[in-house]
Amino acid sequence: MNKIWNSLTRLYGEYGASKANLVLIDYKPEEGFAILRCNNNGILMVRAAIAIITQIREAQVAIHVLAISGTIKALRRKLSQTQNV
Amino acid sequence: MKRKFVDLNLQLPIHDLDKTRKMLEKAHELGYDLVAANLSPDTDDGTITYIKKLCASVGIDFATRVELIPKTRHELLGHLRRLRRKFEVVSVTCVSKVVARQAAKDRRVDLLFFPRLDSRKRFFDSQEAELASNALASLEIRIKPLLLSNGVQRTRLLSYLRKEAVVALNYGVPIVISSEASETWHMRKPRELAVLATLFDLDFPTGLDAVSKFPLSTVKRNREKLKSNFIAPGIRLVKRGKNCH
Repeated sequence: MNKIWNSLTRLYGEYGASKANLVLIDYKPEEGFAILRCNNNGILMVRAAIAIITQIREAQVAIHVLAISGTIKALRRKLSQTQNV
Repeated sequence: MKRKFVDLNLQLPIHDLDKTRKMLEKAHELGYDLVAANLSPDTDDGTITYIKKLCASVGIDFATRVELIPKTRHELLGHLRRLRRKFEVVSVTCVSKVVARQAAKDRRVDLLFFPRLDSRKRFFDSQEAELASNALASLEIRIKPLLLSNGVQRTRLLSYLRKEAVVALNYGVPIVISSEASETWHMRKPRELAVLATLFDLDFPTGLDAVSKFPLSTVKRNREKLKSNFIAPGIRLVKRGKNCH
């Protein structure tokens, strides 16, 4: 989550990042899966901040957005339709 | 209708077939329908056929692409004469103004790429855009340098890309966004590429067009031209023989 916050503040500055109102809802490290919540207006900013991450500590990584939804309930339903999460 | 997503610049390690397969599978998983790999001009037909088969087995369409980095205008013309009919996509890396201008006005060039991080060596200005617009060439923007740079370097790159994107839009030059991925961790979903385009002030729908509509139309147009029955745009040979009525 720190990495995403760092990426967000580096790309958009503290003022821009504050508009996204980013919160971590759920994180399953063993599955490499997380649910984030942000403002509707901040979606593009958060997606760009996530897409631009290439490294976490020493590991080279790519983080992909699996689904976006208006509510967490609908998001979980959407994810369960596409894969077993 | 569902969009077809295209990555026109995958740096496939064709000497390492396992890695090539992994990258193609990843491209399919990420939602691409068509990828183009940068091939060396002397790639033999056997290798191209093999990669096409590999792509078909993964469930993805494949287009051949060559990247030309000529130093002079004559070198560019020579390369185009020799290679245009062999590859489906021709990209020119513009390292000098003379090459950039020639590439922009030549209808055989599909993509124009400006690599230098120096404002005096990025030649995509309004004159270049006007030539490119008349010749149906697109401006290629690669995402890998954006991913791998940071700090001032990334800021400067974004600034140049922003200026070039505005010029391209003003002159109706299509923008094509490609990954230039040489590793699986360089690869991003098409929508993520479109989102990254918002960093240089392209709106999201235009970003989506830059990874679907524009590159797809380039490949379709060239495939049509490379068919044996093609004569000119809109004119095809339907029947050949002594008694054609």
